[in-house]
Amino acid sequence: MLKNEMMEMLRQARKNGWLMEPQAKALFASAALPVPRFAWARNLPESLQCAAVIGYPLVAKVVSPAVIHKSEAGGVAVGIADNRQLQQFYEKVSGLNGFAGLLLEEMVSGTELIVGAKIDNQFGLVILLGIGGTSVEIYGDVAIRMAPLTPADVHSMLHELKGGRLLSGYRGKEAINKEELARVLVAFAGLVQDLVPYIESIDLNPLLCSGEGCVIADARIMLGDVFMKTGEADPSFSG
Amino acid sequence: MNLSPLFNPQSVAVIGVSASNDRHPANVIFFKNLLRYPVKTYAVNVKGGAIDGEQVFPSVGAIPDKIDLAVIAVRAEYVSAVLEQCIAAAVKSAIVISGGFAEVGHDDLQASLVKLAAAAAFPFVGPNCLGIYSPGVVDTFFLPTERMVQPAAGDVAVVSQSGGILVDLLVKFAREGVGISSAISIGNKASIRELQLLEFLDDDPRTGVMVFYVEGFAKNEGRAFVQRAARCRKPVIVLKAGKTSEGGRAVSSHTASLAGDYAVFASVLAQHGIIEAHDELELVSYCEALSCYPDTVIKGRVGIISGSGGHGAMAVDACVLGGLSVPHFSEAVQQSLRNRLSESIRAIASVANPVDLTGSAVENDFIAAVEAFCEIEDIDSILLLLLPYLPGITADLGARLSKVYRRHGKPLIAYVPHVEKYRMLIEGFELNRVPVASSIESAVHMTQVLRRCRLC
Repeated sequence: MLKNEMMEMLRQARKNGWLMEPQAKALFASAALPVPRFAWARNLPESLQCAAVIGYPLVAKVVSPAVIHKSEAGGVAVGIADNRQLQQFYEKVSGLNGFAGLLLEEMVSGTELIVGAKIDNQFGLVILLGIGGTSVEIYGDVAIRMAPLTPADVHSMLHELKGGRLLSGYRGKEAINKEELARVLVAFAGLVQDLVPYIESIDLNPLLCSGEGCVIADARIMLGDVFMKTGEADPSFSG
Repeated sequence: MNLSPLFNPQSVAVIGVSASNDRHPANVIFFKNLLRYPVKTYAVNVKGGAIDGEQVFPSVGAIPDKIDLAVIAVRAEYVSAVLEQCIAAAVKSAIVISGGFAEVGHDDLQASLVKLAAAAAFPFVGPNCLGIYSPGVVDTFFLPTERMVQPAAGDVAVVSQSGGILVDLLVKFAREGVGISSAISIGNKASIRELQLLEFLDDDPRTGVMVFYVEGFAKNEGRAFVQRAARCRKPVIVLKAGKTSEGGRAVSSHTASLAGDYAVFASVLAQHGIIEAHDELELVSYCEALSCYPDTVIKGRVGIISGSGGHGAMAVDACVLGGLSVPHFSEAVQQSLRNRLSESIRAIASVANPVDLTGSAVENDFIAAVEAFCEIEDIDSILLLLLPYLPGITADLGARLSKVYRRHGKPLIAYVPHVEKYRMLIEGFELNRVPVASSIESAVHMTQVLRRCRLC
């Protein structure tokens, strides 16, 4: 069952057709999925205030319903070190189409994974896992499973990835915490199962994983046609 | 819904036979069942009369017998009325051969059939299909008997959305000696669909292996199918068409583009332990192997025996590329193997894995090598590449080797070139339920499928 506050978040995003990053992260935080400490600042004074709470260095990203691909639009700055840099970034992106403030968040590190959820016409909810960057983009190295997922499913997905060894401490690199990844993916799949009548797909890109755990570093939730048009759950998924 | 009357009818009414057109599908179906099958067969046409001296009943209700199966081959606009008559006459099931429904945009005609049948819990296959062919029981395919290539009775059931593909598969099954329990063309699958057939065939004592040719599932239909298939004890094989039709569609997210329709299809099948055959050749090989060894699950460690070093080397390549292993034998194992061979080849045979018995080997050497392989724990299946032109081999080899299998239970797969000249040798294997492939690649496919593991 979705919490009332989650339903409210979905309704607020309806007019845009998708949940912008701070909206998506608020939804995941509400479901106790790991997200970085973040704040959505609507103007410059708020941005400086939030930055003081989160602490430098930090990540700043533009928030705009018109900007789906933030990096391509120059809307992402990593490692902002002080008020001056933050102000410069603010001034640079505040002119972007649909500007609705800045997302400010703590810096997180780890290996980039991509996690996705999609409502497949024939099979319903499926979950995708891949290793971020070239592995996914060039080689299409992904593992797909029909939800619901078990921890064993997640381990078999990792085993199936051709680049799976990269996550197990390849050439001295820190191995990721696979148990924690399995826990997060199973919880994610559980949340998305409840979201099925409202959404089309979800990207967690990247999910950053380290020896300690995983954090959703960026997220986008695309709403389903029926919900967008009617504000109601898609009845064809009621069964 | 009870599907049994469709598959095991005692009586069939063929509705729509023509007094003027011998080649009418209904006439073909009527006469082939009347003359060649044990089922009681009745002809129906609203005009009554007789054809070739056989009485034609004016309606299904006029037949003085209980009818298990009505085969309906009248024009689309009359099918509803005929279906109603069948239900009223307590007919137990129907196959609607007629086309002219959803496939040409007449969704309303099709919907009226579904509504009628659902209200009466009346099972029907089709419309726009060939129906059911069950060797020795019934055959509703409207193809003249002399033009059909019919596989022997066996335990493979084939369900197909396409009648054409189904008939073609039967040709290939016949050629490779794969026997079938039934072949079902479901056409527009308006009422009975893959899921109901999966449930029925899983309980059908004649069926040991289930094959589905699938073009696509309706919304969410695939989910129920794979979940049910995962609970089947019998192997389920799917051949998917339409793997490449996803290009050019707009996608809104990374996930949507990475998880294309076919990528999802293939992954979900594997997740649920369903075997995907990528083409007809794989499909036939999988069926033959699983039909012979329905309960054997191997790890994929292969021992190879041939009479030619080249064949052994080719087979090793095909095995390794296919994810199987060909373990090396220890000195001790090699020595004991060598000691069992006839003296004339002991010095020239190569007894590592692959084993090359050379062209001088006689039949007993092949038997001895297979016996020895059965006792080697490092391997769990045996690939035997046979060159029938070796002078030391007789047509009894297959039968003799099958006795070795029965003693030890380690699956044996043979390769023999499939030409008429070697027919007796091939039959020796087939009759004794040892799968015999027509190419090395196909023999390797047969071995691969015996792993039957999920996502390997």
